[in-house]
Amino acid sequence: MIKGAFPAFQKFGFFGFIFSTEWNPTEGREAYGAMPFIAGTVITSLLALVICFPLAFSTSLFIAEYYRKTKIANILSTLVDLLAGVPSIVYGLWGFYTLRPLIAQLGYPGQGYGIFTSGLILAIMIIPYATSISNEIISMVPNELKEAAYSLGATRMEVIFSVILPNARSGLVAGYILALGRALGETMAVTMLIGNANIIPTGLFSPGNSMASVIANQFGEADGLKLSSLIAIGLLLFAVTAIINAIGKIIIRKFA
Amino acid sequence: MNDKILQIAHPVLSINKLSIAYGKDKYAVKDVTADVKRNSITAIMGPSGCGKSTLLRAINRMHELYPNIHTEGEIKLNGESIYGMSTTKLRRKIGMVFQRPNPFPTMSIYENVIAGYDLNGSKLKKSQKDEIVESSLHDVGLFEEVKDSLNKKGNFLSGGQQQRLCVARALAFKPEVILMDEPTSALDPLSTAKIEDLLVELKEHYTIILVTHNMSQAARISDNAMFMYLGELVEYDKTKTMFTNPKDSRTEGYLTGKFG
Amino acid sequence: MEREAIIDGKDYTNWRELKNKLFFGTVVVLSCITISPILLIVYKLLAKGLKQINFDFFFKVAPDTLQAMTAVQNGEVIPGGIANGITGTLLLVTVASLIAIPVSILIGIFLYENQGKKYANLVRSLTDILQGVPSVVLGLIAYIWIVKGITHGFSALAGSVALAIMMLPLIIRSTEETMKMIPISIKEAGAALGVPYHKIILKVMIPSGFSGLMTGILLSISRVLGETAPLMLTTLGSTTINLNIMKPTSAVPLQIWEFYNNPNMIDLVWSSSLFLMAFVLTLNIIAKRISLRYS
Repeated sequence: MIKGAFPAFQKFGFFGFIFSTEWNPTEGREAYGAMPFIAGTVITSLLALVICFPLAFSTSLFIAEYYRKTKIANILSTLVDLLAGVPSIVYGLWGFYTLRPLIAQLGYPGQGYGIFTSGLILAIMIIPYATSISNEIISMVPNELKEAAYSLGATRMEVIFSVILPNARSGLVAGYILALGRALGETMAVTMLIGNANIIPTGLFSPGNSMASVIANQFGEADGLKLSSLIAIGLLLFAVTAIINAIGKIIIRKFA
Repeated sequence: MNDKILQIAHPVLSINKLSIAYGKDKYAVKDVTADVKRNSITAIMGPSGCGKSTLLRAINRMHELYPNIHTEGEIKLNGESIYGMSTTKLRRKIGMVFQRPNPFPTMSIYENVIAGYDLNGSKLKKSQKDEIVESSLHDVGLFEEVKDSLNKKGNFLSGGQQQRLCVARALAFKPEVILMDEPTSALDPLSTAKIEDLLVELKEHYTIILVTHNMSQAARISDNAMFMYLGELVEYDKTKTMFTNPKDSRTEGYLTGKFG
Repeated sequence: MEREAIIDGKDYTNWRELKNKLFFGTVVVLSCITISPILLIVYKLLAKGLKQINFDFFFKVAPDTLQAMTAVQNGEVIPGGIANGITGTLLLVTVASLIAIPVSILIGIFLYENQGKKYANLVRSLTDILQGVPSVVLGLIAYIWIVKGITHGFSALAGSVALAIMMLPLIIRSTEETMKMIPISIKEAGAALGVPYHKIILKVMIPSGFSGLMTGILLSISRVLGETAPLMLTTLGSTTINLNIMKPTSAVPLQIWEFYNNPNMIDLVWSSSLFLMAFVLTLNIIAKRISLRYS
């Protein structure tokens, strides 16, 4: 059913063309390549994952281990779920009006637009997804293993690292992969913070564009060749997210 | 040297007016006072829910892992209060074996035995580790069976073997006391017999406290026995004496099967 | 036998306990940092958005630039409201639900009835993949199918289709799960009374699972309410209230985007976002209440 999109795209007689220009950044009007946007997507998403990991992991430990089944864990858990309910555009707004001036004030170039800011907001957006999966996985580690470790005199932190982590490892990995998949496709917040520049980002604070944001930013007056390039980018985005999500789900199924 | 002196002067484990409650007033253990004799097997028996596991787990302070459990009273190991030392130190002197064998599934047999040391961050040389693993496995009679698969994970072992592995893991520290919470109730009769033989051997060097719901097991291997009922320590005596001549009517009722 | 607890002679216990406490402290601190964004966002929305909310807000259409500019210069509240956005969103969501709900419930029941079969597993996998597709891409697909294919121009129908596709996986999943949780005895009781199969489903199982289905529907609606990107590619937006699905229409998130791009309308951004978030939150809370009460 979804493959209905493909014929329209191939109609533009363009398939091989896109692949071969994959390695050239966009030059002028007539030559379009997807590389800058692929780079933009990958960099921001990976950055988001890196920032998200310590935060999500700590929160999961808090909710599922240290304060398991207590009121405060419930409150925290609800708050984290709220994070998932915020519409993407509101994140973009907040990022634009709050984060961006903050980063600009810290002295970084580019008025606060760029890879870092987008990565940061992406991280905040994917935390709830990573946390909810990790919570479940961590609480599934059987109590008796933990007790065995405690009975040997381990401290709490040692039990976490030597018993909980190894037993939860694949589940956690899957959770973060799924969170990554979510980050890859995120549009509005990134669009508003990334600076809309069709280049491969050169530094942590340089502007750029991701696959999703270039579609949003430039769809308005696009037609003909440009339009079909944007559609092609959409196709690539689809492929990438589908693959990453599939990997994540497979790992989870194998594990549970 | 200090240890030796303490050992001679004090009973290995001394429980004094111990009470344990879940929440504010649901007392699972009421006012228990007893001294455990060194190098013996002491069985704690009683019907379901009488508080025997609760009592056992208080000895290595396992209750502190869970909120809402209040403990009153005193427990001393070789004259030293167990609440005065850190749980990490305490649990190296008192080992525990659980009802269902729980070797760490992500670790190999070798790693399981030495887990106590590794978890505690000890930096031992390979040769020292090898020695500990070998001697612990020998002590539980498992060495011959697994010596060629030390680096494999333990899931191919039978229930009885896994449980012996857990005992080896507890022995690695050469603890003073080993607490066993119904260690054979999940095992078949053959494995049970093997473990019971093992315990009789081990008592020469260790003090063993054994919770069991199986009276005949207590009769078979324990030297001393505690009978608990509804949280109270009803009777505590040499096993032979208690079984042939119980002093309390409740003890007699339990032993003769009037309730269970 | 000697008691040799720590063979190497050194005892790291104090260091380990310290590490333990430090780790715990770090976990707490990081957890607090994690929840700070939501608190900050809500605060900001309330602080800046409340002043723009009045009766007009819900019932007047968005002002034009001149009106807005004048108001800002005079320090007044900007006139007008987001009525076109609200009606647009309602239209889009209603049409999307009409498309998505029957289809996904049927598919959900299909999956439930054919648990282990190969083609059922295939459908389930496709549903999973669909769930992971970014909303932009779905907007593109709707663009190709509807904007180009059917209406030859931006339209509300295209937007509804995009939203409907987004709702499908969520409702399918929750329908299947809800059905699975209904005790088999209820199904068997219906069968034992000689009730034909399709009637069992319609009259027995769906009503039993009603709350679960409702939860799934509400959650999926709340999910699509805030979507902007796919609508940008399909319904474009409009300055008037429009109820014709073949024509472009506005939506609350789209209006927020328009306000954002227009320096004079900035203040409206906060009130509309506040409204949007409040709506989404309310739906979520209702959904959770329903699932708790009837499970």
